[in-house]
Amino acid sequence: MAAVVREFTKGLWKEVPPFRLVLGLCPTLAVTTAAKNGIGMGLATTFVLVCSNLIISILRNAIPKKVRIAAFIVVIASFVVIVELMMQAYFYPLYKILGIFIPLIVVNCIILGRAEAFASKNSVLPSIADGLGMGLGFTMSLTLLGAIREILGNGTVFGIHIMWESFQPFGIMLKPPGAFICLGLILSIMNWISSRQRSH
Amino acid sequence: MSEYLLLIVSAIFVNNIILARYLGNCPFLGTSNRMDTAIGMAMAVVFVITLSSATTWIVQEYILKPFDLEYLQTIAFILVIASLVQLVEMFLQKSIPGLYRALGIFLPLITTNCAVLGVAVLSVESHMSFIKTLVFAFASSVGYGMALVILTGIRERSATSPIPVHLRGTPLGLITVALLALAFLGFAGMVK
Repeated sequence: MAAVVREFTKGLWKEVPPFRLVLGLCPTLAVTTAAKNGIGMGLATTFVLVCSNLIISILRNAIPKKVRIAAFIVVIASFVVIVELMMQAYFYPLYKILGIFIPLIVVNCIILGRAEAFASKNSVLPSIADGLGMGLGFTMSLTLLGAIREILGNGTVFGIHIMWESFQPFGIMLKPPGAFICLGLILSIMNWISSRQRSH
Repeated sequence: MSEYLLLIVSAIFVNNIILARYLGNCPFLGTSNRMDTAIGMAMAVVFVITLSSATTWIVQEYILKPFDLEYLQTIAFILVIASLVQLVEMFLQKSIPGLYRALGIFLPLITTNCAVLGVAVLSVESHMSFIKTLVFAFASSVGYGMALVILTGIRERSATSPIPVHLRGTPLGLITVALLALAFLGFAGMVK
């Protein structure tokens, strides 16, 4: 049990994607113009990650080594199609905003990375814990980045005004340069925190 | 003619695939430390994106559409791309070993480069004709290669400069991309 908990919690801080494992940057940068979009993208990715980890860990002894990557991609792509159709049916406005980045979940390196590095070598329960932890870590990171960009670029968070009256929003934060610079600064802050932890 | 010219300018500069559309970031940061790797990657990207967009266009028009299977687009495209990359790799290894040695290690990496699937989906979504798809895919990937080579040039220079410890590597890479994207923002609105 303790091992399962450890697999879950490592995704939340020690190996949190995309800040520690610099993978899955495209959705991270593209959809985080608002905190709400970050949560939507994060949860969709979490669903695919948990389900594909589950199926791959069940099938891990049945999949031949040589074609494993192709097999993983088929499993992941099937769940992405499910998410795509569900979002189209029930969350249409969010589906419109996330747009091309929903089909692109299939090439999110985090998912294939976890399938290859973890689910294909471990049993079902730890694999689910790993997928859930990594997925929630990813959701948290996207929400944080989305909130920062939304506050600076629009003066709101989750659509609620929080900045003072005369605050002039920096429109650039909602555009590509804002995304890159924000992520770069967050990564350097993470480096700073971990080097402080190490020196203590 | 001017229609194609606008399409090319738009795909390379105005809607640059990485600096304006955020596609293909991971290999962009991963291979931009040395100029020879960057050029190899850029060439492999141009080759694969053009070829795979043409193939996925044919799959979309002649297989998915006639059989009403458009909801399987994602899964069909990624399978086509993955097998295409594998085929290209085997073909190059057998018949053009020189090019294979130059592109070799980058080809498998390209399957999970979201720019490849991204360009395929973008061109299908905007209902382009076959020739337009080819031009769009080629111009987009040239834009990607150009951005990659520019970024590598900057990063190679900054590697020898005194940089604060916590900013070294990826963080500074991202901030450099931000400045590059800021420069490219100057093209915004020139062409739709």
